Amino acid sequence: MGETILEVKGLQTHFFTDDGEIPAVNKVDFHVDKGEVLGIVGESGSGKSVTSLSVMGLVPKPPGKIVGGEINFKDENLVNASEKRMRQIRGNEIAMIFQEPMTSLNPVFTIGNQLIEAIRLHNKWDKKKAKARAVEILKLVGLPRAEELIDEYPHQLSGGMRQRVMIAMAMACDPEVLIADEPTTALDVTIQAQILELMKDLNKNRGTAIMLITHDLGVVAEMCQRVAVMYSGNIVEEGTVKQIFKEPKHPYTVGLIKSVPDMTSKRERLYSIPGSVQKPGSIKVGCPFAPRCEHAFDRCVSETPALLEAGDEGQKVSCWLHHD
Amino acid sequence: MTEKLLEVQDLKKYFPIKGGILGRQVGQVKAINGVSFYINKGETLGLVGESGCGKSTTGRSLLRLIEPTEGTITFDGKEVTSLSGREMRKMRRDMQMVFQDPFASLNPRHTVERIIEEPMIVHKMGTSAERKKRVRELLEVVGLNSYHAKRYAHQFSGGQRQRIGIARALAVKPKLIIADEPVSALDVSIQSQVLNLLEDLQNEFNLTYLFIAHDLSVVKHISDRVGVMYLGQLVELTESDKLYANPKHPYTRALLSAVPIADPEFEQERIVLRGDVPSPSNPPKGCPFHTRCPEAMDICKSVNPAFREDDEGHYVACHLYDEDK
Ligand SMILES: Nc1ncnc2c1ncn2[C@@H]1O[C@H](COP(=O)(O)OP(=O)(O)OP(=O)(O)O)[C@@H](O)[C@H]1O
Ligand SMILES: Nc1ncnc2c1ncn2[C@@H]1O[C@H](COP(=O)(O)OP(=O)(O)OP(=O)(O)O)[C@@H](O)[C@H]1O
Ligand code: SF4
Ligand SMILES: [Mg+2]
Ligand SMILES: [Mg+2]
Repeated sequence: MGETILEVKGLQTHFFTDDGEIPAVNKVDFHVDKGEVLGIVGESGSGKSVTSLSVMGLVPKPPGKIVGGEINFKDENLVNASEKRMRQIRGNEIAMIFQEPMTSLNPVFTIGNQLIEAIRLHNKWDKKKAKARAVEILKLVGLPRAEELIDEYPHQLSGGMRQRVMIAMAMACDPEVLIADEPTTALDVTIQAQILELMKDLNKNRGTAIMLITHDLGVVAEMCQRVAVMYSGNIVEEGTVKQIFKEPKHPYTVGLIKSVPDMTSKRERLYSIPGSVQKPGSIKVGCPFAPRCEHAFDRCVSETPALLEAGDEGQKVSCWLHHD
Repeated sequence: MTEKLLEVQDLKKYFPIKGGILGRQVGQVKAINGVSFYINKGETLGLVGESGCGKSTTGRSLLRLIEPTEGTITFDGKEVTSLSGREMRKMRRDMQMVFQDPFASLNPRHTVERIIEEPMIVHKMGTSAERKKRVRELLEVVGLNSYHAKRYAHQFSGGQRQRIGIARALAVKPKLIIADEPVSALDVSIQSQVLNLLEDLQNEFNLTYLFIAHDLSVVKHISDRVGVMYLGQLVELTESDKLYANPKHPYTRALLSAVPIADPEFEQERIVLRGDVPSPSNPPKGCPFHTRCPEAMDICKSVNPAFREDDEGHYVACHLYDEDK
């Protein structure tokens, strides 16, 4: 077990809307160790993005607010950090790659401007040296024509190129933690392969810890050492990548793994989890997965299970089938 | 008893690029650049390829939602491209489309009943009472409840909306369904529900599918044969199992090797492509893939390889398989 760099404890991020209070993140616990890649998977709307925005201090407020819990980065609880301190941390110690890179690149500045600024924020170099480094990094992420690209604007680039610029920015800051929220979902598999290689490289050669959010279980299997599975604002299972794929315990995880079409075997009927996801907070008491769970029994609707260790290998699950 | 339901020959679609204050044509996007294939009755043909390679344009051209620039489309023995507007509208009863985005493709302010009934009204099918009865039957067929009929589209989840879209496509009893990324916007757990539904319906009504997707594992699962597109052209087409077991085109090989496998113990030998995807408004000379191809030879830079049968039922467009090699 490595040394923990980021620890999220009992995090609650709620949205206060006309429809009432939505517990988008509902008492979530997880940690990221130095140099590891943690995967976060789960249905759409389960709270993956809100969790990462909470860590970055970027939850839109209003309507959102962190109403409970801690986010401990090294020795500091970020929930209490000032906006000034958060700005220092963002892009310096913790960097984030967003699903849609256009929203995080500034459209009115050139790629070079943004990259050089990021480098100088970190290194206090003069412009010329920072520019040379910017070109070097753009080449490192496999972008062609780096010398010209530096004077171009984000809209002149394709989606895959923009995503690589975002990774270049993250590399420029040399962060300790990189949060990547669906970094390749909008991309084609061949471009995705290039981006995944880059992230692996960052992790291996610079020891950057990565929190990788995706719904693609293939990407998780390839990239991550540990996985947390989210459902309706909660983490329902957590374990090593091998535990999650080979011995999943939570019925939702079991269903998720079983519903992936298999590329290597013959065509047969797919498994599917019956029903559909409820809105977070619509289930006040009991297991949020109970309405769709084929194993649900009385206790599942009367009492809410907690995320507790099951077995002795450190795998955690929130399900009454595995707790007394 | 294989009988062709649809045959496409040398289909092309060029979109004009307008520029300047006069809006003059300054160039063209060769969205589809000579595509040929057929689909047998009761068969599913999958179409894969990267974003912008022309999959949707191909699907929409078949229905003439987009007018093809060139080529012939034969559907059920009739030449589609020469039909008049009225004849074409009639023909669309037999060819229906399911769209990628279940949120954008259904009018949120209409009831489910109205959405599903609409194509039957357009095609003047049955009395109002008969149509309403059919709407209820269709809802049951796609695994929804008849009491859903009076609800509005915005009250449904993504997977449910996709089911509504499928019910609407089925309403007029089509022979061919063109499904353009019907599960791409859905969660993994909902995706398998919709794929199973499509398979059940195919068995029940002997439907023929053109199934467009970028997820190769989904395409492999549902298709009998698969075509791979690159930059407006088909580069390979064969039976699904053959394509995955023995891909011939260097692009197909790279594509297959790039798919992450959901098994942490699986070690993938990956072909990582270099270079950027060329633009369809300025496609490279020669083979469209030569700028990224790890096996490109001199001839690839000047001559576009023909799409031809290399093994029985296995078509490929690549100079590696030239006869004189
Ligand atoms: N600005 C907001 N206002 C109100 N509710 C919000 C807001 N942002 C997110 N939510 C709600 O919080 C919940 C969690 O959303 P989140 O974006 O974290 O999901 P996700 O797991 O990232 O899903 P996806 O896989 O679709 O990206 C959802 O129910 C969503 O509707
Ligand atoms: N109406 C249009 N006018 C001009 N260009 C168009 C038009 N529709 C599509 N194109 C261009 O034609 C090419 C093929 O587009 P198409 O939508 O068929 O791709 P696709 O394979 O379906 O991609 P995706 O996987 O992203 O859906 C693209 O370069 C696109 O920009
Ligand atoms: S024709 Fe040449 S460039 Fe094109 S795929 Fe084959 S080997 Fe590669
Ligand atoms: Mg998200
Ligand atoms: Mg498309």
